[in-house]
Amino acid sequence: MTEQGVRWTAEQVLALAPDDASRKAGGRLGGAGPWSQTGGSASGAVWGVCKGSGSTPYRTAVDLAGPAYKCSCPSRKFPCKHALGLLLLWSAQGLGDPAEAPDWAASWLAERAAKAARPTAGPVDAEAARKRAERRAERVGAGVAELEQRLADLLRGGIAGQGQAGYAPWEETAARMVDAQAPGLAARVRELGTIPGCGSGWPGRMLEEFALLHLLDRAWLGVSGLPEPLAATVRNRVGVPSSAEGETVRDRWLVLAQYDSVSPDGRLTTRRTWLRGLEGGRPALVLDFGPPGRAPGLALPVGLVLEAEVRFRPGTAGLRADLGDRTAAAVADRSGAPAGVGTGEALEAYGAALREDPWLESWPVVLGPVIPIPGEAAEGGWQLADAEGASALPVACGGGRPRPALWQLAALSGGGPVTVFGECGHRGFTPLTAWQPGSPEPVPLV
Amino acid sequence: MGETGEGYADGDWEALVTAALLGTERRGGTPRALLDAAAVQTLRRRAGLRPAPAARLPDPAPRDPRPAPPEAARRRLAHLLAGRTSGGGAGRRGAAPDLTELLPQWLAAAGRHGYRAPSALVPALLDAARARTDLRAQALALAGARGLWLARLNPEWRFALRGAAGGAGELPDPADAEAVTRLWEEGLFAERVALLGAVRARDAAAATRLLASTWATERAEDRLMFLDSLRAGLSMADEPFLEAALGDRSRNVRATAAELLSALPQSALAGRMAERALACVGPDAVRPPAECDAGMLRDGVVKRPPAGRGERAWWLGQVVDAAPLSCWRERFGGLEPAEIVALPVADGWAEEIHAAWCRAAVRQGDAQWSKALLGAASAPPAAGPGTASLAERAKLLETLPEGERAQWVAEFVRAHGLSEAFQLLGVCRVPWAGALGRAVVDALDAARAAGGYPWSFSGVMGLAERCLDPAEAGRLEGLTAGAADVPEGGSGASAYWAEAFQRLVATLRVRADMLAELTPPS
Repeated sequence: MTEQGVRWTAEQVLALAPDDASRKAGGRLGGAGPWSQTGGSASGAVWGVCKGSGSTPYRTAVDLAGPAYKCSCPSRKFPCKHALGLLLLWSAQGLGDPAEAPDWAASWLAERAAKAARPTAGPVDAEAARKRAERRAERVGAGVAELEQRLADLLRGGIAGQGQAGYAPWEETAARMVDAQAPGLAARVRELGTIPGCGSGWPGRMLEEFALLHLLDRAWLGVSGLPEPLAATVRNRVGVPSSAEGETVRDRWLVLAQYDSVSPDGRLTTRRTWLRGLEGGRPALVLDFGPPGRAPGLALPVGLVLEAEVRFRPGTAGLRADLGDRTAAAVADRSGAPAGVGTGEALEAYGAALREDPWLESWPVVLGPVIPIPGEAAEGGWQLADAEGASALPVACGGGRPRPALWQLAALSGGGPVTVFGECGHRGFTPLTAWQPGSPEPVPLV
Repeated sequence: MGETGEGYADGDWEALVTAALLGTERRGGTPRALLDAAAVQTLRRRAGLRPAPAARLPDPAPRDPRPAPPEAARRRLAHLLAGRTSGGGAGRRGAAPDLTELLPQWLAAAGRHGYRAPSALVPALLDAARARTDLRAQALALAGARGLWLARLNPEWRFALRGAAGGAGELPDPADAEAVTRLWEEGLFAERVALLGAVRARDAAAATRLLASTWATERAEDRLMFLDSLRAGLSMADEPFLEAALGDRSRNVRATAAELLSALPQSALAGRMAERALACVGPDAVRPPAECDAGMLRDGVVKRPPAGRGERAWWLGQVVDAAPLSCWRERFGGLEPAEIVALPVADGWAEEIHAAWCRAAVRQGDAQWSKALLGAASAPPAAGPGTASLAERAKLLETLPEGERAQWVAEFVRAHGLSEAFQLLGVCRVPWAGALGRAVVDALDAARAAGGYPWSFSGVMGLAERCLDPAEAGRLEGLTAGAADVPEGGSGASAYWAEAFQRLVATLRVRADMLAELTPPS
């Protein structure tokens, strides 16, 4: 039984949404605004009263163990937007100390508890879980087949017309993938609509994305035959939660960078925090989410060192991690810039990581010493050159990183060598943090 | 992938893209085979990425030998720069301090300590300097060589190259004649102005020789700007050059040269003007010039009066304001300036003559005459001997030593309150001297007691936030409490006053913290 204290992530909550509309509507209800009388029990239930447009507010309860949902709203979607909103609210801020459920929720919970207490519950539950997983796999499988069909149709006739096709067809396909309970595929598909707007070279980029989607489809269809880490990566990329436990690593973790990005509809803020184990040297990416109108809760200033246990999720090249118990208060690190690698090594590291996760966009790298070359001086954009000035990585343009960050990097360097942490991938290097020579202080590039 | 590459040559990505664009129906093969091959190629391309050849490295920025500010001060600057765009002065401001007003103070204090800007904040500083011209000189001075280096790379910051004086550490040694000549002939305008200043600080005559070397080929507006830059540190060594400039092609250049010469009481021009002025003005009679002759024209007198003024009065004013003030003592039988100013002026010319003396006192920086023309601070402004205009009085005040200036304004505030003091307060040194600060706070308190509203005094309040000595915060605390004690139903202004005083105290405390942070660790 899930304790109320162990909260789900916003990602996990949103994965429950029956469709895209519910996801959006739930997101709108994920703030404290419409809610009152919220609470949760120690045995794993949450409830609250949500003010809608009508005169009678809706009563919403979720049994986290099922999960099972009850709501007085007339929606036939399951879970409804109120249940999703309540769970998002709970994932963002918790609902206070465990409390007694109000009568309307208590009777439903008692009913469920009585049902669960029947002697056949155990084996039937395991059987039911297996069946649920099977059903989901079937639905995803159907989605994958549909997507393959769509890609094949497009390639048969040629993608030249995609330049004028716009977002709508891809939005529709993405919605089909949400229906098929494959949110990972849905997100990739939605991105396809933006590619023709990225300038010349879009056909090549689109073919790349088609090819990687196809690779993911094929991998899903053969997932049972894949070695476990790769199978976990595939499930993760498709968007099916993995039940396997990952590795736990205890270390002193240096916060290398932290930045936010906002979903295209502006409703969900994703905060990425990059950590690096000072003893083991392992990189870790911790994600946190903020529902509408609220910043994500995890705030770790760059340069902080925290002693903690980090649980790595299976697959995805071992990058995604959750922050576990911290044993000691965080301290500011003043040991100076981490040792950097050259441009060639940075790309090799990315290439090596692709073996474990072919869908990986970039790999975290401390680069240095390098000299930033501003775009106005370098034909075709900014570069980070090795100190000898022979070879260089292009700086990834776009991707939501603001240009002021690049000028800040140039200001720090003054034409001299610096150490830079960032994401190194096929689109170039995205600088996130820099160290000046002789200064132990990391400067976040904002 | 079983059927990898079926129908597609290995390794040719462009061929795959072409096939995708045109479609397999036209190019042959199956979509599945095309996707299989593209997947392999995509990963091969990504895994095999190699660095590109580097573009030309930028020239390294010159080293800035100044120290960086202490850490707490750096954080404060980052905060002030980040808060620059948010907020704003519109409407009721509540009790929070106004960050936009603190930035100029931070910059000024950092400048006094001789710090350089923290490198990471130079871009934000350049943005601030671009948006606010009042910050520009200080922000660019702090940004220094690194700021100019960045400005050369980013067109948005080009203003820094032509704006204020050149960057610290970039100018050649004024003694290095060859380097000086080269920069003078090839440099940007701002660099040349800075160079002129540097050379002048070392050897005034060398500076005018440098200026003369290219004078004939400079554009008229540049000649005017160069001439104007001589205003700082003007001395008799500049006279020959200025005298020659009286014959310049450009009327504006001629007028500026005459104005500068008239600020030098020992100059030949001042002597000629004294002769003309003494012929016109005496204790018993005032006879304005009958004509504007060629000599007067050459000495910068403008012949045509503005609309509504008589020709002769116009010439008289110009002759008197360009004459050295020292010439009047003898003409008026050895009297002191205050006594001369107090005399009645013959033939109803008092207004013209006194106004001209005010302009002369400002131009010549003559504190004794200024004091005489200002008169007693407690006297009603309209009864002042020299001028009733607050703007002109502010200019006269600027010639007074700081202590006397603060004392005069304090007395003015005590006698007349705050409604007319704004411009006069603006020329006092920051932080305000004790007596001046107390006079302002007492006047604000009196305005509150009289039932006024704080926004009637928002200008002075804003000045007080910027200029009051932070040490006054403790004394002001009493006022914030006193105002809050006013019972319900009393004057509605009391709550606003409490808020205004709270904000004043909060701002003063932030200023005190800010200045303490900037003090270098000993």
